[in-house]
Amino acid sequence: MIDLGILTIEKAHQALTEGVFSCQELLDEYLKVIREKNKELNAYLEVYGDIAEQAAQAQKKFKESTAELLTGIPFAIKDNILFSGHTASAGSKILENYKAPYDSFVIRELKKAGAVIIGRTNMDEFAMGSSTQTSAYGVARNPHDPSRVPGGSSGGSAVAVAAGMALVSLGTETCGSVREPAAFCGLVGLKPTYGAVSRNGIIAMGNSLDQVSPFGKTVRDAEIVFRTLSQYDPEDSTSVPEKLRKIKKSELGPKVIGVPWHLFEKGVDSEVMANFKESMEKFKKSDYEIRDIELPFSKYSLAAYYIIMPAEVSTNLSRFDGIRYGLHKEGKNLMEVYKKSRGRGFGEEARRRILLGTYVLSHGYYDAYYNKAVKIRDQIKKEIREAFKTVDLIATPTAPMLPFKIGEKMDDPVAMYLCDLFSAPANLSGVPSIALPSGLSKNNLPLSIQFMAPAFAEEVLFEAGKKFEEIR
Amino acid sequence: MNIEDVEKLAELARIELSADEKKSLLKDFDSILAYVDTIKGAEIGDGDVKPDLYNVWREDWVEPREFSRESIVGQFPEEEAGYLKVKKIL
Repeated sequence: MIDLGILTIEKAHQALTEGVFSCQELLDEYLKVIREKNKELNAYLEVYGDIAEQAAQAQKKFKESTAELLTGIPFAIKDNILFSGHTASAGSKILENYKAPYDSFVIRELKKAGAVIIGRTNMDEFAMGSSTQTSAYGVARNPHDPSRVPGGSSGGSAVAVAAGMALVSLGTETCGSVREPAAFCGLVGLKPTYGAVSRNGIIAMGNSLDQVSPFGKTVRDAEIVFRTLSQYDPEDSTSVPEKLRKIKKSELGPKVIGVPWHLFEKGVDSEVMANFKESMEKFKKSDYEIRDIELPFSKYSLAAYYIIMPAEVSTNLSRFDGIRYGLHKEGKNLMEVYKKSRGRGFGEEARRRILLGTYVLSHGYYDAYYNKAVKIRDQIKKEIREAFKTVDLIATPTAPMLPFKIGEKMDDPVAMYLCDLFSAPANLSGVPSIALPSGLSKNNLPLSIQFMAPAFAEEVLFEAGKKFEEIR
Repeated sequence: MNIEDVEKLAELARIELSADEKKSLLKDFDSILAYVDTIKGAEIGDGDVKPDLYNVWREDWVEPREFSRESIVGQFPEEEAGYLKVKKIL
């Protein structure tokens, strides 16, 4: 009997190396939990048919002593990550039967390492949402309280790890889609620096924002996955070459945490706020300096995001037209085929964002919306870069609220968007950010704080995260 | 925004909408635009942003790939002799 609750990548690796259990036995433990819980929690949309073969391949690596840290480690992947020969539907009806003809960069790396990819997980349609309620395949549920949402859009990948249905998992972030579900499910979620992990083979939402992002129970697990995937890929033009990734090693000794208190004076749940303050106190007692900082343009982050992202969505999703793959609806002429296929194939939120994006890019509105948002984004980038001249980390709560009830916020898009209020600055400016579990509320719901660090300074996030695991 | 605007956008985006959907989208847009309109308060100069991005090109090279032709053709809604069949354009 393996205790999945305390299992980490390193512990599993050691046990697999020593032969305490085999790759198949480890996989079987997770499959047992999946059989027991997936029906209710709806984390996996599909458990792949070739997992026994994957486990056998991994076992061979142990036999031949070519095993790496991730060999035999059971992964769950979000439904928008291409895995050759397997369905990838991005949580949408329009791609219901779409089979990936090639591997994404991240899958190629996981295969090389011999990881076992159990299946694809539930998500908001095309990653558009903060609660996994816009999925065309039903809502996913929070394992801490199944009447509540797990967050989103990578909700299925979060639930898989939190409920013991995978050891680690991959999600994607465009604006908080890993950090917010990590917060709601009591996990560590890392949004890497934009350009650190290749987007090749990921079904795009907002190209200037998207980034593959890992979930783990511990900082170290997220770190191991990140280190494996963070590599230059010439096939993603926004992948950053190795020589540009080097950062100045910050001085050892006490670290300075900047807190932009003015960004969350109101609109934050009182328990979340009290927990954040307590967490900062704990850092203070551990020789971190807490400094008040001002980020005047960052208060426009989420509004600017809800212009830039739909603009990118409206152009990106124009490729789904019912002609080459995916849902196809017949019509009298080509135009009718497009309109019917897209009208039936896309769910409500996808349609909303496509139309909104079309609006902000249209003649007469472009300057007032898109152009202005791009300028604000530029100012946000500058002020965050500037702030990191005086602080090592920037801290905020991860999400302004606790996990909410299923059904909530579905008829109020703006209320849903506000879940990612504190996520937007990192995505817009490209800097890395980590969500860390910071305790439980009085109703036993997970609480979370997040840090941002300068571009390619993930190391600083891991260091602070590990410190917090000791002192929280 | 009014119903005609929603219809115009749906036409541009090639999305068929029912009358009810148009109405509910109009309501959503009013609240979303009210929220994103807060950017109007940001004081930003008139100058254009110089992007810190640049184009990345790579050389063409020949390399075998494991693309499955069958998998791609097999997903066509309609095919003939291995070609994608589409409705006439003109």
